[in-house]
Amino acid sequence: MKQGSRDYATWSIAIAVVLIFALIPVIWLISLSLKPPSAVTDQRFIPSEISFDNYKSLFEGGISDSPFIKPLINSILIALITTVIAITLASFAAYAIARLEFPGKRVILAGALAIAMFPPISTVGPLFDMWRALGLYDTYPGLIIPYLTFSLPLAIYVLVAFFREIPWDLEQAAQVDGATPFQAFRKVIVPLAAPGVFTAAILVFIFAWNDFVFAISLTSSDASRTVPAALAFFTGESSFTQPTGSIAAAAVVVTVPIIVFVLFFQRRIVSGLTAGAVKG
Amino acid sequence: MSEITLDGITKVFDDGYEAVKEMNLEVGDGEFMILVGPSGCGKSTALRMIAGLEDISSGELKIGGEVVNDRAPKDRDIAMVFQNYALYPHMTVRENMGFALKLAGADKAEIESKVEAAAKTLDLTQHLDRRPANLSGGQRQRVAMGRAIVRDPKAFLMDEPLSNLDAKLRVQMRTEVARLQSRLETTTVYVTHDQTEAMTLGDRVAVMRAGVLQQVGTPAELYEEPINLFVAGFIGSPAMNFMPAEVSGGKVKLPIGEADLPEGLGGGRDGQVVAGLRPESFEDAEMVGDLRDERGVVFKAEIDLVESLGSDLYAYFHVESGGVESDQLADLVEERLEETGVPEVREGQEQIVARLDPASKIKRGDTAELWADTSKLHLFDAESGERLSRGLSTEKGEGRTAGTVSREL
Repeated sequence: MKQGSRDYATWSIAIAVVLIFALIPVIWLISLSLKPPSAVTDQRFIPSEISFDNYKSLFEGGISDSPFIKPLINSILIALITTVIAITLASFAAYAIARLEFPGKRVILAGALAIAMFPPISTVGPLFDMWRALGLYDTYPGLIIPYLTFSLPLAIYVLVAFFREIPWDLEQAAQVDGATPFQAFRKVIVPLAAPGVFTAAILVFIFAWNDFVFAISLTSSDASRTVPAALAFFTGESSFTQPTGSIAAAAVVVTVPIIVFVLFFQRRIVSGLTAGAVKG
Repeated sequence: MSEITLDGITKVFDDGYEAVKEMNLEVGDGEFMILVGPSGCGKSTALRMIAGLEDISSGELKIGGEVVNDRAPKDRDIAMVFQNYALYPHMTVRENMGFALKLAGADKAEIESKVEAAAKTLDLTQHLDRRPANLSGGQRQRVAMGRAIVRDPKAFLMDEPLSNLDAKLRVQMRTEVARLQSRLETTTVYVTHDQTEAMTLGDRVAVMRAGVLQQVGTPAELYEEPINLFVAGFIGSPAMNFMPAEVSGGKVKLPIGEADLPEGLGGGRDGQVVAGLRPESFEDAEMVGDLRDERGVVFKAEIDLVESLGSDLYAYFHVESGGVESDQLADLVEERLEETGVPEVREGQEQIVARLDPASKIKRGDTAELWADTSKLHLFDAESGERLSRGLSTEKGEGRTAGTVSREL
């Protein structure tokens, strides 16, 4: 008992240290975003005066004039579209890799891994030229395609691991029960692989949401510029003031969808979902 | 009508391994057919070919008179119970059982009533809204059965459905399966490696070894007239005892003594054979009374071990093997070694098990006088392992593939 409570205390302290370490920058950011422009450089952790002006300025002027609303919409749409396409394609690919024997299976897996390790920055130059020639520069597909390229390998890897866990017999049972292979996949395999699907979805979404390299290089206007890139174009009240407060406020706002997304999907990641499928 | 016909069914895997060879089998409408054999004998592969989960390399498979070789499992109208049940863990018992009907596009009320009826049959009504994870092994097994019977298919295919249950539950479910099958009168093919299950459940039993169908017959036929050494040793528990024997001039010379050749056995040829005698054909010589003078042989044996089960008494002793060798027997020994982990045969000796009257006073270490009823003797060709019955000169190998029983010879 005594041992147990001491362990508890040790762990609590350790966790608290890690939490504080991780959260201080976030709290600092929130603190900055709440300070009026004049107080940004006052070096106080807790703002002496709380103002929501920075947040208001983000959304001022509606969709046409606000420097933030259109990029936010772009970010949400591009990240969601990327996630949906990546998960759909990755689950087909992962299913084939986990279930079927076909020539070139190893090559595909190795290729996927190689792409995942490829530094994105090295593709930016060629992509810039290619996209301009193809008319994809500064469009949604212009960003979605490179995001897919780099997120698919990851998603495939995660999903293969999950699909391999599902007993083969379940699918055969579904086939004997009268399911077509696609029905067996959709009604039995995918629901069972849900934790894996959601894990992969979170990873892909975060990757697409946070990307800066492609966003800054392959866009030129609010037509497709996402939030991380748009932040770099924020201006202060005058040409002599830094837009620190606005950037801090925008950074806080763009964190919210990620938190919502993770919390929403985390509930779906129920471990042990396949328990009870097989054996006695 | 939903008979299943296998006509020369062969399965060759991609790596060239021939799992099932030229299998011919007819399962009549409503018949309960058991496929039995040691692990790796091809019985599950055969079942999976009937289900459509495995391609048929050659041969013709008919269900209800129609060739179904190239039909997908879903178009064969069969239901299968898997060894590990394969329940859908994300569905309730109700959804599990209704899944096939839902896929078939049945309306909700119909699904509901059929599921309720099946649940009632299997005593699952109060568990309908639970998920498989919250059920016991026996309940899961019943859900797996329920999933099959809800559909009222042409045939049930069961792949060792009871092997994951504990011994007591297995016996209980065994009777339940038998009752269910005889009530529904649905053609059933049931795969098991357990010869007790095979003998107690089936209308007919098909014994397989190394991809080859050995013999098909009623449990009694298999027990009394096994077509070869393998079937003789596989069917029956404890297994049949084998010993070397020499036939000459109407007499058979066994390690335990010489006896008249029983009528109709091994006739027509003298020479070395393998003799088989079931444990119950032995008796404590003191317990048999007048019978010992009438037939059989009386011999002395040193008893290695006595097991008393109350209703029976098993006495173990050994005789000189004199080099009984047969790959069929070797298979059996290997199989048993896998199950028990104890090699039962010492070099140059054959262990014999005798089932004696429980009133017998025989103890371990005794040199006891035993009686063997040689009229129950089975004789087999030492080389081919084929049963030597009346017509020794008849073609060997007959009945091996066609599954006819040796009594026709």
